[in-house]
Amino acid sequence: MALFLHQLASGLALGGIYAIMALALVMIYQATQLVNFAQGEMAMFSTYLAWKMIDSGWPYWFAFVATLAISFVGAVALERAVVRPFAKAPILASIIVFIGLAFIFNACAGWLFGYSVQSLDSPFPGRPLFGVGYISAHELGSIFVSFVVLALVYVFFRFTPLGLAMRAAAQNPASARLVGIRVGWMLSIGWGLAAAIGAVAGMMAAPIVYLDPNMMGGVLLYAFAGAVLGGVDNPWGAAFGGFLVGGLENLMGAYVVGEEVKLSVALAIIVGVLVVKPSGLFGRRIVARV
Amino acid sequence: MIEPILRARGLRAFYGAAEALHGLDFQVDEGGVTALLGANGAGKTTTLRAISAVIRTEGELTFRGHPLTRRSTEDVARLGVAHVPDGRGTFTDLTVEENLRLGAYTRRDRVEARRDFERVFGYFPRLQERLFQQAGTLSGGEQQMLAISRALLMRPSLLLLDEPSFGLAPLIVAEIFRILRDINRNERVSMLIVEQNANLALDLADRAYLIETGQLVIGGRAEDMRRDDSVRRAYLGY
Repeated sequence: MALFLHQLASGLALGGIYAIMALALVMIYQATQLVNFAQGEMAMFSTYLAWKMIDSGWPYWFAFVATLAISFVGAVALERAVVRPFAKAPILASIIVFIGLAFIFNACAGWLFGYSVQSLDSPFPGRPLFGVGYISAHELGSIFVSFVVLALVYVFFRFTPLGLAMRAAAQNPASARLVGIRVGWMLSIGWGLAAAIGAVAGMMAAPIVYLDPNMMGGVLLYAFAGAVLGGVDNPWGAAFGGFLVGGLENLMGAYVVGEEVKLSVALAIIVGVLVVKPSGLFGRRIVARV
Repeated sequence: MIEPILRARGLRAFYGAAEALHGLDFQVDEGGVTALLGANGAGKTTTLRAISAVIRTEGELTFRGHPLTRRSTEDVARLGVAHVPDGRGTFTDLTVEENLRLGAYTRRDRVEARRDFERVFGYFPRLQERLFQQAGTLSGGEQQMLAISRALLMRPSLLLLDEPSFGLAPLIVAEIFRILRDINRNERVSMLIVEQNANLALDLADRAYLIETGQLVIGGRAEDMRRDDSVRRAYLGY
């Protein structure tokens, strides 16, 4: 039982990271119907920036905020300079740009920070909580941070004028322009937010998967699986899918099939769900009168 | 003589490389209602899209003295031109209330905007009953009312209306046109209205133009247009 709880806790900790990563993917998908394959590598790069700042003596949370700010601004600039020119190009061109960006970030990280594995300390003190060690402090802290991110994103999109304008721009850009919303900027801000959220995911993942240029490859894949499982057009479904995939992955690895093939089994389950429900568990059925 | 709120001189518009409007001259008077009549595909919707800078234009187009050509759609809207597009442009997944809030999105006068919500509900009380319903579930008539209300919340000085009667039952159409007349009088909003239903449009308008294949064939005071033989035979059916 103790082992089970322990596995479940680490599954949820990873799941939380997948969940917010899935949220970042869905945020851009909803506005452009494209999946940003560079999201993981961007998050990895942000995490290196944080590591560099902490390494040079900055307090963790100070570096955390600075990393988020830099990631936001950097992604806004990236969207406007590199992604925007392909907005009217065929979808394949955009996909190539995303894949290219992923490789570029990966190579740059290796070049700037080296390929050797680094460790980024957790902001949460290392001793396991509750004595018996069902859950480590980092896991608990990471789950908490994931929920805070989800809550903040929810509040932003649900209750602020800018959040509403971003939803409107994603849903009906033509109509949004007619009420004066600067749709292009909404898209850029979306990229900025996604990158900032990705940076959080990277910083929470680093103490678990360690810091190296390929750290986010697996995370992005699981996050994508979570997003598709939950419903890629429903951010909360996608986030739930992320938690589900994290939990499944760990429990499968521990009890059913072992570490080596847990990924395959998790993906098989996802495919199974999609065969029955192609729009994902919480994919939206759009209600509209014609 | 008062300067018209909108004036076009030799207005041309393009879909890609294809020219769709071949040099239009027309105007909307301050506080007035101008109707643009014509058959399907004549260029009525295109004319509204040209004003809102949804498509590329050439020629002269001025709104209260500001040139509108080479502006973005967002900037035209922010200048005070509210466009109720064909198909109504509803944000179907958002609630009625969110749709309305989007109309007031660019405004900084929060208190005034709050008051305008009440005024809009005065014209369309049905929207207030449906405030937290998903907008896509509204009936066609209700969505048209929502589109007009969203446009009014921009506090525009010019309202562009693209076939507000489209696909609606005659009773609803009559109601909407009656309310449009009230809005024109009470809110001091000038209007440019595109309609296939020439009778309705001429009742509301003080000025009208007839457009055929991207060119204006005649134009003038609404009552003169009503008496014009070609308009009568082709569009009024008597």
